[in-house]
Amino acid sequence: MALSGMRGLSVFISDIRNCPNKEQERLRVDKELGNIRTRFKNEKGLSPYEKKKYVWKMLYIYMLGYDVDFGHMEAVSLISAPKYPEKQVGYIVTSCLLNENHDFLRLAINTVRNDIIGRNETFQCLALTMVGNIGGREFAESLAPDVQKLIISSSCRPLVRKKAALCLLRLYRKNPDVVNVDGWADRMAQLLDERDLGVLTSSMSLLVALVSNNHEAYWSCLPKCDVPQEYTYYGIPSPWLQVKTMRALQYFPTVEDPNTRRSLFEVLQRILMGTDVVKNVNKNNASHAVLFEALALVMHLDAEKEMMSQCIALLGKFIAVREPNIRYLGLENMTRMLMVTDVHDIIKRHQAQIITSLKDPDISIRRRALDLLYGMCDVSNAKDIVEELLQYLSTADFAMREELSLKAAILAEKFAPDLSWYVDVILQLIDKAGDFVSDDIWFRVVQFVTNNEDLQPYAAAKAREYLDKPAIHETMVKVSAYLLGEYSHLLARRPGCSPKEIFSIIHEKLPTVSMSTVAILLSTYAKILMHTQPADPELQNQIWAIFNKYESCIEVEIQQRAVEYFALSRKGAALMDILAEMPKFPERQSSLIKKAEDVEVDTAEQSAIKLRAQQQQTSTALVVADQSSANGTSPVNQLGLVKVPSMSSSVIYSSKWDFDQSRSSTSTSSPSPSPDLLGDLLGPLAIEGPPVAGESEQNVVSGLEGVAAVDAAAIVPVTVQTNAVEPIGNIAERFHALCLKDSGVLYEDPYVQIGIKAEWRGHHGRLVLFLGNKNTSPLFSVQALILPPSHLKMELSLVPETIPPRAQVQCPLEVMNLRPSRDVAVLDFSYKFNTNMVNVKLRLPAVLNKFLQPITVSAEEFFPQWRSLSGPPLKLQEVVRGVRPMPLLEMANLFNSCHLIVCPGLDPNPNNLVASTTFYSESTRAMLCLTRIETDPADRTQLRMTVASGDPTLTFELKEFIKEQLVSIPIAPRPPAPVPPTPSVAQPVPPAAPSNDPGAMLAGLL
Amino acid sequence: MIYALFADMAVADNGSRQGKVRLTKWYSPYTQKERSKVIRELSGVILTRGPKLCNFVEWRGYKVVYKRYASLYFCMCIDQEDNELEILEIIHHYVEILDRYFGSVCELDLIFNFHKAYYILDEILIAGELQESSKKTVARLIAAQDSLVETAKEQASSISNIIAQATK
Repeated sequence: MALSGMRGLSVFISDIRNCPNKEQERLRVDKELGNIRTRFKNEKGLSPYEKKKYVWKMLYIYMLGYDVDFGHMEAVSLISAPKYPEKQVGYIVTSCLLNENHDFLRLAINTVRNDIIGRNETFQCLALTMVGNIGGREFAESLAPDVQKLIISSSCRPLVRKKAALCLLRLYRKNPDVVNVDGWADRMAQLLDERDLGVLTSSMSLLVALVSNNHEAYWSCLPKCDVPQEYTYYGIPSPWLQVKTMRALQYFPTVEDPNTRRSLFEVLQRILMGTDVVKNVNKNNASHAVLFEALALVMHLDAEKEMMSQCIALLGKFIAVREPNIRYLGLENMTRMLMVTDVHDIIKRHQAQIITSLKDPDISIRRRALDLLYGMCDVSNAKDIVEELLQYLSTADFAMREELSLKAAILAEKFAPDLSWYVDVILQLIDKAGDFVSDDIWFRVVQFVTNNEDLQPYAAAKAREYLDKPAIHETMVKVSAYLLGEYSHLLARRPGCSPKEIFSIIHEKLPTVSMSTVAILLSTYAKILMHTQPADPELQNQIWAIFNKYESCIEVEIQQRAVEYFALSRKGAALMDILAEMPKFPERQSSLIKKAEDVEVDTAEQSAIKLRAQQQQTSTALVVADQSSANGTSPVNQLGLVKVPSMSSSVIYSSKWDFDQSRSSTSTSSPSPSPDLLGDLLGPLAIEGPPVAGESEQNVVSGLEGVAAVDAAAIVPVTVQTNAVEPIGNIAERFHALCLKDSGVLYEDPYVQIGIKAEWRGHHGRLVLFLGNKNTSPLFSVQALILPPSHLKMELSLVPETIPPRAQVQCPLEVMNLRPSRDVAVLDFSYKFNTNMVNVKLRLPAVLNKFLQPITVSAEEFFPQWRSLSGPPLKLQEVVRGVRPMPLLEMANLFNSCHLIVCPGLDPNPNNLVASTTFYSESTRAMLCLTRIETDPADRTQLRMTVASGDPTLTFELKEFIKEQLVSIPIAPRPPAPVPPTPSVAQPVPPAAPSNDPGAMLAGLL
Repeated sequence: MIYALFADMAVADNGSRQGKVRLTKWYSPYTQKERSKVIRELSGVILTRGPKLCNFVEWRGYKVVYKRYASLYFCMCIDQEDNELEILEIIHHYVEILDRYFGSVCELDLIFNFHKAYYILDEILIAGELQESSKKTVARLIAAQDSLVETAKEQASSISNIIAQATK
């Protein structure tokens, strides 16, 4: 029956199956492809039957995983065949071989449309199916009205209408504007009265898609959401329709009307309590599919607490059953339940069972359990949960270890009952899974220890203990060396902790570690020397010998340290003043949480963690702030820290200054409560009482060291006072820098710092705004509005109205690029400090080049494209004058930093540049853009530029964009940062660049 | 929404768990390169899973619902929020219809009649959504298609007969 007449195809399939190995198979496939290619070339001799056969063969080869890069045209051309058998093959093969972005599909639009509006029912079905499966934007725009007509047409049979409904659903997803809401809502309501189950099911799917975007318009459909009983699947009435219906209800706001609400809850109650586990797997699956959807609806409807606890009890039962699917879904839904308030305590009752699930044989289930444990953790159960996670770490799969250690670290930090426990946990983590502990985790420990004096002896002692172990992870060497360098003198009286012993046990590790660790070890040695007063000549000589040895190290970072430490340590007791211990770090939000959000997509764990992170952010920030004020960190110090790096003298000096200053101000100003101090400094009556003492000391210190930074820092508050709120740094410059990189500071003034971190993927972007309050009193009436240009769809998550003191809040901002344009989005940001209302309007760096993705093309790809895009409006040429003169190499760097990748060698003339990139937007999809710059070596201020792409607007916008870059980059006096003059000669590195010091690195990262 | 269906990754005879793909269907635009990458990665994840584990795998922010029938695995890739069991039963629904059409379906049926599997799939899913939950209706529509093709063939052969006769 099925293959009668297709002998060639079956023979080919048998041949393939009989191939003993992959090489033979490839040979057979290549032979067949060659055959098909020649047959297609002289198409005249091809009968429709043969054409059909070859097209099927192509699909089969394609399915085997081979590249089929020809013959698409033949498949598409079958669509316009007059007879059903050929047409059918054409439609089906096309929809398998091609995707919606394929150019050949455009050729078929007209034929497809004729089939859809034609009278032949079978042709209609074929066309609707293909458009429903691979139709893109263009199809949406040209076919949507016809498809809509078919859905509601009374002369069409259900088999056409159900296909039309799903086809429209696809077109709507591609472009929501094609469905005109006004008239359509009523039609939709009528459709739900449909008695044919296929049409009803399809229409319900369509409704779900429509209401998920805009529920307002479809209120009239709400009462129609019920399920007929005629059809049953394993005894369950239309399970899919039930699920879809309940899904649709979840897009409407909570039902308020008490009667409707009551009857709805009755139904839900019946589903939840009346579903039993039965033997038949399919019946079970179907009934539980309905049950879990009902559960989701209950959560959405915000049911009474009683019902919620019933649900959790049910889930509690589920997570203990034998059926793995139900266990999995039980855990998953419990995690979703966490989003509903007030159920934490009830869920905690199942903690033991959830911990057992962490040892489930199925990794999918273990992942869910980990996610749930992470979500349900709070102060009361943190110790238990984290210890379980640590225990599990040694046996966990490699695939989960990184996520596991990150989560354990975050929980330990968030909910530590005391900080020594926190240090214990992290050190254990490093010990057990060092490979999976990223740098930010140990940076964070260092930060906590530095900021809490009580913790320092404990942490140092612990670090010392770990060093005794025979084989320790390099990260452990790093953290131990750092901690012991800073604080080992606090242990001096304990056995085995004399400077000499500490030095030798650390030095033992040196031969086994990498260069970055050697750098830390050198600092540690210098610190040990400093703390050994009076100097121990033997130790001194040993360490000096090491410094001497590394003075010729090939690694510039290490060489520099060795030279500097050697010189400094010869200063004898003065070393004490220069290499003092690290100052306290400014309190920032944990970078771990940010990281947890970043890895989310990869590790496939979603909503719960995000939600928790958002919920807890404020509280974390507060906890940290409390600790710091308890320890008497002075705000002066904070200001100093913020200011000094910009002066960028040697870090050692500045840290020294900070240290002294913090000490002096803690000693002199401790009686005055810290917020007042800041108020005084910033207020008009700055100079009175304690601050005077602090400032005068500062000046003494600065006099000693002769570092201008101190003066600058001291003066800053005064300038601030005169000009209300003056931004720090040049806003335009910051914006331009951010246009070329993805994270940095967008705006800063004495109260607020706004940082940005962005990720771009295709035409989507995700920016996170970090709003940081730099003060010890909260910022009120915080408002952030996004004013998007018409080509960007932007969605900013909720911005809290108040930012607690010294806290940082993160506000994710989703961006979608609809079409090419150079317009810029604006952030309208305002807040109130004391009585000052501050408002700034900032350009957001969601600019054209962010949607470019570099792509290198070879000459074979480039030239056909370049030729095929001939002349305006797809290819535009312009002579640009007034170009900022720059060497060609610099221009190439500029292009590269804008994601236009320069393809060397394509243009024979060495004075020309050719660059390519892909632009992503919703309307253009991924589109290749090509650029050629012809420069005149005699006159560098002018050049000829040619830009080509498949979209006229894009070509124009890109051309203008590049022009802006070439002509007017120097809005700031300096060239943008990422365009460094390529160092042809090794240049001397500026002394102690701040970013190289581990301390500064820490401060930057945390 | 279902993003893609990769049906039938059969376990190779020599026991090496490297799948052979019998049918793929994509409801979201992927290039050929991306498609083979997805299949490679997923067969690595799914074919190595032991029996008696759950039917869900989390993968790159998506979920994959799969079910094994003898040596065939049917896999569907869906969103995180989608209802997993519902999808699992769509797979079963499809398999039941295949079974009914071929009369106790086996892997060979799908290998030699892969185009039929596509026809049937198109009657069940469009745009990654369920179109028809009635097995009877699907069977009826497929039978109608088959007879259309048959009629066309008969016509063609009779015409070619006539021509053959005439040119003799």
